[in-house]
Amino acid sequence: MSIEAHDLRKTFGRFTALDGVSLHVPRGKLVALLGPSGSGKTTLLRIIAGLEFADAGSGRILFHGEDVTDVAPVGRKVGFVFQHYALFRHLSVFENVAFGLRVKNRRERPAEEEIVSRVRQLLHLVQLDGLEQRFPSQLSGGQRQRVALARALAVDPKVLLLDEPFGALDAKVRKELRRWLRRFHDEIHLTTIFVTHDQEEALEIADEVVIMNQARVEQVGTPQEVYDRPGSPFVYQFLGNVNVLPDPALAQAGLPSDPPAGVRANGNIYVRPHDIEVGRHVAGAPGIPAIIRHVHTAGPQARLSLEQIQSREPIEAEISRAVVEDLNLQINDLVLLRLRQSRSFAEDYHI
Amino acid sequence: MAAVVATSLAKARRPAAPPRVTHGAPWVRWLLTAVALLFVGGFLLLPLAAVFTEALRRGLGAYFAAFADPDAFAAIRLTLLTAAIAVPCNLVFGVAAAWAIARFNFWGKSVLTTLIDLPFAVSPVISGLIYVLIFGLQGWFGAWLQEHNLQIIFAAPGIVLATIFVTFPFVARELIPLMQAQGSDEEYAAITLGASGWQTFWRVTLPKIKWGLFYGVILCNARAMGEFGAVSVVSGHIRGETNTIPLHVEILYNEYNFVAAFAVASLLALLALVTLGLKTFIEWKHHQALAAIP
Repeated sequence: MSIEAHDLRKTFGRFTALDGVSLHVPRGKLVALLGPSGSGKTTLLRIIAGLEFADAGSGRILFHGEDVTDVAPVGRKVGFVFQHYALFRHLSVFENVAFGLRVKNRRERPAEEEIVSRVRQLLHLVQLDGLEQRFPSQLSGGQRQRVALARALAVDPKVLLLDEPFGALDAKVRKELRRWLRRFHDEIHLTTIFVTHDQEEALEIADEVVIMNQARVEQVGTPQEVYDRPGSPFVYQFLGNVNVLPDPALAQAGLPSDPPAGVRANGNIYVRPHDIEVGRHVAGAPGIPAIIRHVHTAGPQARLSLEQIQSREPIEAEISRAVVEDLNLQINDLVLLRLRQSRSFAEDYHI
Repeated sequence: MAAVVATSLAKARRPAAPPRVTHGAPWVRWLLTAVALLFVGGFLLLPLAAVFTEALRRGLGAYFAAFADPDAFAAIRLTLLTAAIAVPCNLVFGVAAAWAIARFNFWGKSVLTTLIDLPFAVSPVISGLIYVLIFGLQGWFGAWLQEHNLQIIFAAPGIVLATIFVTFPFVARELIPLMQAQGSDEEYAAITLGASGWQTFWRVTLPKIKWGLFYGVILCNARAMGEFGAVSVVSGHIRGETNTIPLHVEILYNEYNFVAAFAVASLLALLALVTLGLKTFIEWKHHQALAAIP
């Protein structure tokens, strides 16, 4: 089921959580709502779920073209997984998953055998066979997460909403579980939105990334699009490392002879560390002269911390370790930097 | 008297005790322990023992004879009736108020939170007097009530009202911090899974708060049965009609009927002991339940 949101506004007292947010999630996609904390992403998710409502008179929510703005959560058929899972601590894993089936009214409620087989099937799906009788307190974080997922899926939702699904897990489990979620999504093809503040997570598993900042949507696109063609300085800085060169006149020396579109003679120039080429200093050759201050070679790439000669501003470059060895780069060496790819923005602002 | 044990679960819930910082000589420890024990013995155990000794001074026969008195029987019945009405009223009110305060933001919330404590803050005599001023003959509704031949003051309804007022905070006070600490994510989860408001309350909220609720109820009950001041003002002390157990004890004592007075008083002492026992049990269960939460 596709999800559409039009011009949602939400204020909490004087704080604006959503300021005219619109969104379109195509059917069957896995979409990430990505943004720093306080950007409004969780509020947007809760409004889509019906747990909160947008300010009166603002915006509409459509599920599969049908207006559900005023429909209660039950009527929307959404599965919601909470950040801290919100498992029922007094109920076993089995009863947690069965909850949504047991609270149905008598006419819709499945027979006991059906509930048992459905719950077993769901627990199998999330790879928790045999843990039916455990209580939430006896499970690991990753297991709880999957119980919460199974519980949400039990009511056969048309949309799955996950609030910071991996936020409370340690780094290793987090990576495993997010890959698992991707595979899982490929199996069940349920329209899914998840909220995250971790750009790596969003870029790795989402079909589409919605980047939010200060109650607004900054950019929407595939991970590749938003990473390669950030639509604003904020997105540039939020997705991965970036160097900001405030003086275009000085940076000009490092740009290719025919400056690509998007680079203007005014405003900051943004360049990712891996888009910087480093060469030995040769008098008269094009490039921004800089001095190497540090060389970090622990990792697949070498990271150089440099200082630009003219502006005395620091700049970071990421190059292969082979290049570092070939050029025999040492601390305090003078080098020339060339910017393979860079951008500037007409309406720049500070973050 | 059981109101004295109104420590809250919220306090008991604090994690491990702070690290020991006693550097004093052993004799300091012994001295402090001895003082504490002497104090407890002198002010708590001695009176308790006195109650039972005095009650049994003339033997079991005299002890039980005190309960055979129809007036004593009436006092016990009235006390049970009062508690049977006041405790459920405050249970419902306490849960509703705690729910509202913990879950919602509304205008006047801080006022409500403060007002819940009012009965603890005012003297019980004032609590009783309020009802005399409202429903008494000279009070606001006195004339109207007399016209319709309704009696509230110097009758059971007044006693029940005063008791409800005095025991008003116990359940709510216990639940508010508990519900605030627990948050409402589980309730939200239940709603997204299709549970109605009632289903959410019975299947999710109530199991979450049951130990805190039980705790509040036994304290509320102990106070409802033991209240003296407020009830004394509104009761009128009519023998066999408007005397509760504490009032009956006072009357017997004033009549120099010491054995009967202490015998009836021993009922309240027993109630206190049972309450303390239950309280300890609940704290233990509650800690177990909490220990299960990571």
